[in-house]
Amino acid sequence: MDFLQPSSWDDALAARAERHDALPIAGGTDVMVELNFDRRRPAALLDLTRVPELSEWSVAPDGTVRLGAGVSYGRVIAELGDRLPGLAMAARTVGSPQIRVRGTVGGNLGSASPAGDAHPPLLAARAEVEVASAARGTRRVPVAEFFTGVKRNALAPDELIAAVHVPTAAGPQQFCKVGTRNAMVISVSAFALALHPDRRAVGTGIGSAAPTPRRAPDAEEFLAGELDWDRRPALPEGLARAFGERVAAAASPIDDVRGTAAYRRHSLAVLARRAATWAWDDLRRAA
Amino acid sequence: MTTTEPTTTEPTTTEPTRTGARTGGRIGEDAQRPDGTLKVTGEFAYSSDLWHDDMVWGVTLRSPHPSARIRRVDVSEALTVPGVSAVLTADDVPGENAYGLEHADQPVLAGEFVRYEGEPVALVAADHPETARRAAARIRVDYEVLPALTDPRRALDDDAPQVHPGGNLVRHLRLRRGDPAPTAPVVVSLDFEVGMQDQAFLGPESGLAVPAEDGGVDLYVATQWLHVDQRQICLALGMPPDKVRLTLAGVGGAFGGREDLSVHVHACLLALRTGRPVKMSYGREESFYGHVHRHPAWMTYEFGAEPDGTLVYGKVHTLLDGGAYASSTAAVVGNAGTLGLGPYRFPSVSVDAYGVFTNNPPCGAMRGFGCVQAAYAHEALMDELAAAVGVDPVEIRRRNGVQEGDRNITGQVIDSAAPVAELLERVAALPLPPPPAERPDLRDLPGAVGNTTHGEGVRRGVGYSVTYKNVGFSEGFDDYSTARVRLQVTGGEAVATVHTAAAEVGQGLVTVQQQIARTELGVQQVVVVPADTTVGSAGSTSASRQTHVTGGAVKAACEAVRTAVLQRAAVAVGRPVAGLALDGDKVVGPGGEVLAGLADVLGEDAVEETVEWRHRPTHAIDPETGQGDAHVQFAFSAHRAVVDVDTELGLVKVVALDTAQDVGKAINPDAVVGQIHGGSAQGMGLALMEEVVVTDGHVRNPSFTDYLLPTILDVPPMQVEVLEYADPHAPYGVRGVGEPPTISSGPAVAAAVRAACGRPLRRVPIRPEHVTGI
Repeated sequence: MDFLQPSSWDDALAARAERHDALPIAGGTDVMVELNFDRRRPAALLDLTRVPELSEWSVAPDGTVRLGAGVSYGRVIAELGDRLPGLAMAARTVGSPQIRVRGTVGGNLGSASPAGDAHPPLLAARAEVEVASAARGTRRVPVAEFFTGVKRNALAPDELIAAVHVPTAAGPQQFCKVGTRNAMVISVSAFALALHPDRRAVGTGIGSAAPTPRRAPDAEEFLAGELDWDRRPALPEGLARAFGERVAAAASPIDDVRGTAAYRRHSLAVLARRAATWAWDDLRRAA
Repeated sequence: MTTTEPTTTEPTTTEPTRTGARTGGRIGEDAQRPDGTLKVTGEFAYSSDLWHDDMVWGVTLRSPHPSARIRRVDVSEALTVPGVSAVLTADDVPGENAYGLEHADQPVLAGEFVRYEGEPVALVAADHPETARRAAARIRVDYEVLPALTDPRRALDDDAPQVHPGGNLVRHLRLRRGDPAPTAPVVVSLDFEVGMQDQAFLGPESGLAVPAEDGGVDLYVATQWLHVDQRQICLALGMPPDKVRLTLAGVGGAFGGREDLSVHVHACLLALRTGRPVKMSYGREESFYGHVHRHPAWMTYEFGAEPDGTLVYGKVHTLLDGGAYASSTAAVVGNAGTLGLGPYRFPSVSVDAYGVFTNNPPCGAMRGFGCVQAAYAHEALMDELAAAVGVDPVEIRRRNGVQEGDRNITGQVIDSAAPVAELLERVAALPLPPPPAERPDLRDLPGAVGNTTHGEGVRRGVGYSVTYKNVGFSEGFDDYSTARVRLQVTGGEAVATVHTAAAEVGQGLVTVQQQIARTELGVQQVVVVPADTTVGSAGSTSASRQTHVTGGAVKAACEAVRTAVLQRAAVAVGRPVAGLALDGDKVVGPGGEVLAGLADVLGEDAVEETVEWRHRPTHAIDPETGQGDAHVQFAFSAHRAVVDVDTELGLVKVVALDTAQDVGKAINPDAVVGQIHGGSAQGMGLALMEEVVVTDGHVRNPSFTDYLLPTILDVPPMQVEVLEYADPHAPYGVRGVGEPPTISSGPAVAAAVRAACGRPLRRVPIRPEHVTGI
């Protein structure tokens, strides 16, 4: 197995162009598990940890955060909890402290697991993935279009993930994750919610309950339309419940060793109801 | 955490006379473990760290099928891989191709049949483990897949596939006592199911076999009983015991999972074939296939009682899935049957306990050994009974709990303390945790930082459990240990050397042996040399027995040494031997006055004694009635669990898990509390999350990604009440400590979850979908 270790972004893209069979590795929290279990034997590893551009984040004039693909969950929690609260809440649920120091949001997108913790908040926030190749330069993919199947994403063979662009939260965000123990657990189901009071919109993201992470568009539209954005009265229980049911209906879960399809659907309804209530209460308090 | 010792009892032996400078680190004092710092700093050498400069690596090819006939094994391609030094199959086993703890029914390498997924079929040795794995992948095994028996409830049906030629029954224990057709005004019953738990020791199976010049082999291995390993290895290698020498390597936990052989014979076979030292070390996934698990159980229980809750009768039908090979299933059935009704008085009893073969993973020993499964059923049913007669869960247990002098269900008189009522009262009297905070930290809520609730749907529940367990091997087994103790002067100081074959698996036995030697010989310096087979058997590190049995052997050997030394001292100081004692590295008189230095008395000579020590004999039970004095000692514990349950999502946060346990005598009180903490956590794990999920004979979660163990956010604070009611029949009055907390913690947690959510929950591990009824 070849080990490629570029020290700049251009070199990384050049290496990627040359070696389509190289498996990119950042924190290694997914890749090394695959290698150690002998589920994958890539011809080469493309180590991205020496590329300084990937470990930076910045804020564009419109408030969008450009989060380098190599920024760890630990740094998201410590440095971006105010701008990207949903993503920071999700980062806090990833693995153990050691994993959060190693694991990266870019790596999560690269693995594109339906259970990836970063995905639901990125969906709810309408993030875009910035991908690049030596041949064609940079393009941006809405995160909802980035996931193309179970552990498959929209990357072309010569492309790498450069960054993810996430709008700074304009309103309250929530992330909830069900696991069968109280830490260090892969989600049985997960849900992210973002309220966008500026444009009177609702964003959602569902994890571990479909072949890919996905939004619940009907639920988003329904809640955005029903909420009284002007007066902001307490969220009616019936509305929260109806929203939860629509979120659950958007999932297509399966039975597996971690949980049943029926429970996944049920838990999503509960999580969505609670998250909507908490987020709306936050918005009312902020007013 | 608080530790109280409400009862002090006189030791059963006379302590050495008090002097101005007593030997420290005796029994009853908190003693620091020699391996403690090394383990927390990562410097302890576990068996997986074994290394030899010339060594090659051994790997195992395992069956992908739960049941198949092997038509042909073609190793030719594997042998062509550069770096490979040997490829072995069943044909290469020189002795008998069979091993087993109770019955030698398990092939070293599968011959004609494979009977479970993961059964070893071939071995490869190569200069690098990856090379060996790649070569193993090139072994061509031609399998004819056969129908697999994977539902143990069908095992005894006439048309069930036969796992072994003799049928699928491993053992049926039949127990009858009292009225053969009892009736009672109040009758409660239930069915209960327990999933398959894994020992999940953190140090996977590993060992190093080194071929010796005499044609034999030296094996360094992590295990629980060196001599029973040696016996089985000799049989498979066709070698006498003096050619197969074992030394204990660093053990990273055991919990029963190292009672059966794993790498042992395989590493020796490869070493003898290649003439090179061979290291074998499983990864976590292979470890799930490489050792036995706790038996899953299907149980039907019925209790009859008077209107006040006094028990009249108990009826039990228990089925344990033994998997593909016998392992210790028969003994586990023994416990599930003879102890299966818990520490209660039953005038009439009918028990049928079965262990069966299936094509599921073999099951055998695990901490709690048959009592864990039964406790879930009898404790859930005691709560049902309490509800039926309108008393609280503590009172129903107090009212029916056995006392010293009572007979248990096999008719055996419990002839030392049986403080069931007191344990319950003490654990119930411990302070309860405060109610949930107004704005709790997420980490204190069910779901924790998963942020699934801020208090919505959360209800608190409290549950109780009390259980008992036999200590040591039962049903007539010749259960003994051997200790060799030497006292001699080294560097001007008297040093005691203790040598046994007892396996330190992390429980703290090395420290216990040191404490006993310091107590009995009055010397500060005690060296416990590595456990190996150059001294006689110590028996198994299991059944909560080593402090009792090897502790007894060390004590007896020390006493023999002391007697010899004091006779020598009597001559030297010109005093009668009767008034002399050893303390503070001195020979002291009746008033503690120093008469001579121990080093001076010993001079150049070493005093050495070897003692084989046995506990009181136990007896086989009657095959028709199950009656008999099956057990040597009983250990009792009670738990109270407090849980917060998110009743809408089915997530559980254990808030408190408190214990009261009688340990007879706490030799190392810190270690006793540690055992109780660990046992409680392990029991809680089975109640809430730990399960090897097996579907159609295939393990679906052989990793710590999906076999979940409690984390620090799952394990609550624990208050521990340690009682010390000495067993007059045991050395120092000790009572086994390791297993009881594993037995009573889980049923208390399950009861607490039931109390919180109001559902019957007749299966563990309790999953969120069960709590929510979805």
